[in-house]
Amino acid sequence: MQGKIAVVGPYETVSVFQAAGVAAFPAADERSARETLRRVAHDYPVVFLSEEYAAPLQDLLKRFDEAAYPVVLPIPTGKERGYGEAFLKDSMERALGVDILFRK
Amino acid sequence: MGARRTMARLNVNPTRMELKKLKARLTTAVRGHKLLKDKSDEMVRRFTVLLREDKRLRDEVEDDLAAALKQFALAGALTPPYVQAAAFCMPATAVRADCGTESIMGIDAPKITLNESASSALPYAFSEITSEADGSVRMVAALLPKLLRLAEVEKAVRLLSYEIERNKRRVNALEYVMIPQLEETIKYIRNKLDENERAAIVRLMKVDSLQ
Repeated sequence: MQGKIAVVGPYETVSVFQAAGVAAFPAADERSARETLRRVAHDYPVVFLSEEYAAPLQDLLKRFDEAAYPVVLPIPTGKERGYGEAFLKDSMERALGVDILFRK
Repeated sequence: MGARRTMARLNVNPTRMELKKLKARLTTAVRGHKLLKDKSDEMVRRFTVLLREDKRLRDEVEDDLAAALKQFALAGALTPPYVQAAAFCMPATAVRADCGTESIMGIDAPKITLNESASSALPYAFSEITSEADGSVRMVAALLPKLLRLAEVEKAVRLLSYEIERNKRRVNALEYVMIPQLEETIKYIRNKLDENERAAIVRLMKVDSLQ
């Protein structure tokens, strides 16, 4: 399957991706990000989502967990860094029941 | 104790036929349990490998991307927004990805490979935009393969974590419910059959002694 890549996030973040050849969908706030992501996830198999929208859109992201595609990847933009750690912890908790990476 | 026994026991007739059936079911359950347990072990092993890779990639990407974005913001401050918008809105390279699936322990995980069409040229004239922006765009473009790999790994981690959880439930159901229940019922039927046999012998002896 051939697919394009999209990025959803604030304008400053997505425009640099656009220059690099990724389809950009600017979203100024949480609500428009939700709308945009829902629409974009239909057409693009790979979607990058700016990390600051990952936490508020958790419920929507959960729905993409069932199948292999679409892949929605929250990308670190430097403003907030919590997502990666939270994601790993959540998965570890579910699968192993113990924390093997952060040991807290 | 009596109450617990009746609770764990299956509701079947104590006949030889049932005993045979239950024994077969028990063997299947025990074998299934072993297989699932092995599967679980292997999934956990793969999961930990993927987890570590995810963490490593995320750490790498985090720093690089933050640097690129910062540089880009800096460049943005030097160029009027409309010039920048005009320069970036027509990308010369359209990034395309081959999206396939790869089976990890029977789970379909995404397998993404980047195939960049066209050249790696920047999509605008150099006079329009500062070199900081060039640099940040190049950095982001260079990061793309890594980001795609991270997307792949992260999805696999997600899918695998759910599958491990489900599998664990199956293992537990077999270990703590199915197998004890079957064993209990088999024991019960054996006792019942023995009892019937003894009763029959006693009856025969009784009849014998009466004649």
